[in-house]
Amino acid sequence: MINELGHFALILAFAVAIVQAIVPLVGAHKGWRGWMAVGEPAATAQFLLIAVSFAAITYAFVVSDFSVKLVWANSHTDKPMLYKVTGVWGNHEGSMLLWVLILALFGAAAAWFGGALPPRLRARVLSVQAWIGVAFLGFIIFTSNPFLRLAEPPFNGEGMNPLLQDPGLAFHPPFLYLGYVGLSMAFSFAVAALIEGRVDAAWARWVRPWTLAAWIFLTIGIALGSWWAYYELGWGGFWFWDPVENASFMPWLLAAALLHSAIVVEKREALKSWTILLAIMAFGFSLIGTFIVRSGVITSVHSFASDPQRGIFILAILAIFVGGALTMYAFRATSMQAKGVFSMVSRETALVVNNILLAVAALVVFVGTVWPLVAEMFFGRKLSVGAPFFDQAFTPFMVILALILPVGAMMPWKRARLGRVAKPLIPALVLALAMGGLAWSVESGNSMLALIAVFLGSWLVFGAATELWQRAARNFGRLKRLPRADWGKATAHAGLGITFIGIGLLTAGQIEDIRVAKLNEPFTVDGYQITLTKVEEVKGPNYMSSTGTMTVEKDGKLIGTMHPEKRVYPVQRMPTTEAAIHTTPLGDIYLVIGDPQQDGGYAVRTYIKPFADWIWAGAIIMSLGGLLSLSDRRYRVAAGARKTRAVPSNATPAE
Amino acid sequence: MLRKLLVTLVFLVVAGPIFAVQPDEILKDSTLEARAREISKVLRCPVCQGENIDDSNAAVSRDLRLLVRERLLAGDTDSQVIDYVTDRYGEYVLFEPEKTGANLLLWYLGPGALIVALIGGFFYVRSRRNASEGPAAPALSEDEQKRLNELMGE
Repeated sequence: MINELGHFALILAFAVAIVQAIVPLVGAHKGWRGWMAVGEPAATAQFLLIAVSFAAITYAFVVSDFSVKLVWANSHTDKPMLYKVTGVWGNHEGSMLLWVLILALFGAAAAWFGGALPPRLRARVLSVQAWIGVAFLGFIIFTSNPFLRLAEPPFNGEGMNPLLQDPGLAFHPPFLYLGYVGLSMAFSFAVAALIEGRVDAAWARWVRPWTLAAWIFLTIGIALGSWWAYYELGWGGFWFWDPVENASFMPWLLAAALLHSAIVVEKREALKSWTILLAIMAFGFSLIGTFIVRSGVITSVHSFASDPQRGIFILAILAIFVGGALTMYAFRATSMQAKGVFSMVSRETALVVNNILLAVAALVVFVGTVWPLVAEMFFGRKLSVGAPFFDQAFTPFMVILALILPVGAMMPWKRARLGRVAKPLIPALVLALAMGGLAWSVESGNSMLALIAVFLGSWLVFGAATELWQRAARNFGRLKRLPRADWGKATAHAGLGITFIGIGLLTAGQIEDIRVAKLNEPFTVDGYQITLTKVEEVKGPNYMSSTGTMTVEKDGKLIGTMHPEKRVYPVQRMPTTEAAIHTTPLGDIYLVIGDPQQDGGYAVRTYIKPFADWIWAGAIIMSLGGLLSLSDRRYRVAAGARKTRAVPSNATPAE
Repeated sequence: MLRKLLVTLVFLVVAGPIFAVQPDEILKDSTLEARAREISKVLRCPVCQGENIDDSNAAVSRDLRLLVRERLLAGDTDSQVIDYVTDRYGEYVLFEPEKTGANLLLWYLGPGALIVALIGGFFYVRSRRNASEGPAAPALSEDEQKRLNELMGE
């Protein structure tokens, strides 16, 4: 019964979305206030209906209702409760439902907090948002319905891929979707502006927080995924340039570019048409990402069981939305008149270069991802594009970006003098060079990679600190009173530097040891004495495990006792490794246990992974920077404008 | 006891080799082994989804890893080993596409696009430098004026 209610609510939401897609748009065109006002209640209703539908399917998972086909195919009574709930989006149908739930949430948020928007723009934004909703609700109802029943319910379910039964991965998709779908707001604003034929500072001020929020979610989502790969897949890789990873990375790069170009629109009323284009492309790449994951055109380690039919549906959605938006763009782009005037050396120019680097880097990732497809279709070559290509083709863009970032961030608007900007940065540069040199000499093998990465990373961190110090006019008291946007900017840039350092030092300095470890026979890796003392068979809730006990000592002192596991999930007949990781700020000790060997002992892998956690720490710092910016007074003023309008004396200009 | 037996049985039945490189594959000569590892990282496992043979658990990857080591012991250079494998398994196993034919487009699109974008950016910035401060904000449309009057009247 509850299942059918959920199904019904989903179909109702589809109907509401159709109304929301048409009525406010017509209203805005004709100037009918009543029609325009439909958008707000419709957005709320659409969100509530999808929420009911989502709650219904979650309920079916929680109570293990195996008469629902989706639950049967993806759940099992033995599964811990956490994974029963997260199992809702651990499959195609459920994850699409989460996708539209978040889409409707963003639409509703625009309705709730959009009081200060011009009513016509708001009506159009809500309509465009509803068009996306119609497309994806239709996709779910006609090709991927989660509410289908089985005629004869089986006793138990098929279970869920054990690799997905993990806290890191359980929360990775919701964050990614919040990011992907958050970019739909930028898209809706861009299309609304194209219909309107007008882009101004107020528009940019609206688009920025949505893009920033989407970018924060994407950052966290990507970091979670990478962290999961690191500890779960059993050899401590953190990024594989896998098509599915690239699918989330391209929108991230474009969202980062969009964040920066929207600043130029807001402050200087330039780069308008470029910003519109970026907003369209950023969401377009989110759709491409969805297409890549769902269609199976590009095989990948962790795409869902895929289906070409669904792929074609998503491709059609992609073609209609991005194609339609780009066509409108072609007609309207010239009407976006830039106003700001600036010289060759200025913050504006620096941000143009930032955008070029990020956009071309995203293009490189895109071409590398689809190249196997292109080569097969047009040149009859069946080939692969993997990490060695991306490492060579993508990295230079990040190196150039990091080199110019601290200088660009310090530049004043309109007109800058390079000498004056660069001078305060000299101490940061010297310090960064010293850190690079230190990494080069300490790191075994005098690695150039370590030198460059540590230099660039430190340059970003010290550069960000210098910028804050300069902005505060070298005064501690004023440092505290700087706007949060300044702190956010410096924090995010420093976070990028931390990630650079982590990637460089981990890649350059990782030590690996593969051997047969006999019980109680110590071996030495990089100065650590490691002993396998016992291996026990342990039964988990829905798996069986061989759990090793290993002690790690250095200079006779016990560092830790670690328990690497090898698990077998009998329902799926699938083994997984659970690495034991001893984390310190300067690096991880990473132990993996494998099969027993014929002549006694176990295959054991030991890794020393210097500075590994800096990669994700940097990502967290980046998103914290984003949050700081988002909490800046200007945005709160914009969001709360409806309230403050009643008391005009409070509505002081933000800057 | 019975449980333990059961556990062991399950392991025997379902547990494939979980490791990529096995201890018995490793060459005694550590420089050769290091070369083998580097080569293994650019070769794709032919039956997996986007894994290199160094990380892959598939049987064919193990065979390929052993083959790579065999060729190295026979005195091949790195590129000879890679050619040897691609001659037999095709271009598909190469994770680093060859810089030949149509692939040149793949390799040089990035640098090319960067140059084009920088030139475009240069002209844009120059046009902004020479532009006069744009026209004043457009006057309110009829509608907006009406709305303003409404608000002012309130």
